[in-house]
Amino acid sequence: MARMKFLCDADRCIECNACVTACKNEHEVPWGINRRRVVTINDGLPGERSVSMACMHCTDAPCAAVCPVECFYTTADGVVLHSKDTCIGCGYCFYACPFGAPQYPKVGNFGTRGKMDKCTYCAGGPDQDMAEAEYVKYGSNRLAEGKLPLCAEMCSTKALLAGDGDIIADIYRERVVTRGYGSGAWGWRTAYGDTITV
Amino acid sequence: MTRLTRLLAIAAFAALGAVGAPLMPLAPMAEAQQVNPTAESVTEDKLFQALRGDQMIEGRASIPDPKAPGLIKPGNKGWADTHTGTIRALTVWTMIGMVALLGIFYAYRGRIRIDAGPSGRTIKRFGGVERFAHWLMAVSFILLALTGLNLVLGRSVLLPMIGEGAFGALSASGKIVHNYMGWAFMLGLALAFVVWVGRNLPKAHDLTWIAMGGGLFKKGVHPPAGKFNAGQKLIFWSVVVGGAALSFTGVMLLFPVLAGTQADWQLYQLIHGIAAALLTAVILAHIYIGSIGMEGAFDAMGSGEVDLNWAREHHSLWVEEVEGKSAGSQGGGRVAPAE
Repeated sequence: MARMKFLCDADRCIECNACVTACKNEHEVPWGINRRRVVTINDGLPGERSVSMACMHCTDAPCAAVCPVECFYTTADGVVLHSKDTCIGCGYCFYACPFGAPQYPKVGNFGTRGKMDKCTYCAGGPDQDMAEAEYVKYGSNRLAEGKLPLCAEMCSTKALLAGDGDIIADIYRERVVTRGYGSGAWGWRTAYGDTITV
Repeated sequence: MTRLTRLLAIAAFAALGAVGAPLMPLAPMAEAQQVNPTAESVTEDKLFQALRGDQMIEGRASIPDPKAPGLIKPGNKGWADTHTGTIRALTVWTMIGMVALLGIFYAYRGRIRIDAGPSGRTIKRFGGVERFAHWLMAVSFILLALTGLNLVLGRSVLLPMIGEGAFGALSASGKIVHNYMGWAFMLGLALAFVVWVGRNLPKAHDLTWIAMGGGLFKKGVHPPAGKFNAGQKLIFWSVVVGGAALSFTGVMLLFPVLAGTQADWQLYQLIHGIAAALLTAVILAHIYIGSIGMEGAFDAMGSGEVDLNWAREHHSLWVEEVEGKSAGSQGGGRVAPAE
């Protein structure tokens, strides 16, 4: 099986935010939640770069380690998913996540946290693949249809790559060699414990 | 652009200036137009080097969510390790340790009896308000402790026993109970503080009580004590301090917006977990001595009336005080006190 990863090539990202929008539309993400976001660092300064960031589907995911109800699981493809039926909205996964991926819809009068929502790598959840119940809770399951995450598929500059970690690492490495520079595979060291060396 | 980003950017540039200056000439701000696109100032590596402690790489995001501009915060894994390691271990070992200690104590001392036997006469120890405050705290604390313990140990103990569906439903309702019971606990705590703080100020005879081990370890030894002995005063102040810490951090966890940033939530969660484990251990000892550990003790919080002999043995100074007062009030002016 492949080990699915995300890689954002910051030297290509033009901060168009289409990945954010496509994700919200594809999954009918709840109001106020963005499973993916684009962050610009050194904005307006020399060496400005933008990075599209979402759940990185970590190896030994810290969210899964701290979850008091053990609602997380890692699929055979290395995708970190969770069950909204089991989640109690305690917020611990957000405290533990290095990427700020878990988010909670505000329910009730006091802004109590609802069930956690995060990027599913377009792979749905524990419900039956492509069932209505799965769509309502987690959004569409493109992986089950044999497709990759929409954010990466429709990225206009192909900055955002999704797929088997080894393959996208090769693509990135080739780019860096060809153009002579690269800002690095953002988040890889934190998420997977290694980074791409050229 | 936030202040932190600016700092980070400056730090990254400064670090480069020191390390990479001979290799790569840095364009000053004024020459921004001629900047080399290969500038390494924005590689993840360099920003990581500029990161210190618990900071995060942060930038600007067009999403109107104050948390969105945070990019990578590797330090969060540290909290995850502390929570799953230290907090879990502390909780398990304080519980096991206290239960073992109490078991050993019971095996050694057995149930502490009233040495003189029950007198059959009772004396009023706790009034309605005092008992209401105590039981409000007691019931809410036990529910809070159980639902809290479930969050720390449930997935390794309860989940394998009852299965995912039942455990999920139980934990979800447990969270609601925990969120609401906190308010009952805070009310009880405030009430108990007001009615008892005057009686819990340290006195000189508390040192004697502690020096004699409270008479706990030897039959027939009863150091003098007021309405509350030094042990009870320690429990009172543990509950006040621990309860206040739990209340404050609990409210902050309940309303994350009040608390500030992620780092604050992590800190409050750690304080909450540590205080909960320690206070639960103290309360276990309190429950033991107030129920099976000592004959006659439960009545104080049950009916509010305690046996006179029990009171004489465990709270001698208080009994003298009460008897002196009631004798004085009964005698009220008719009998002149013996000089």
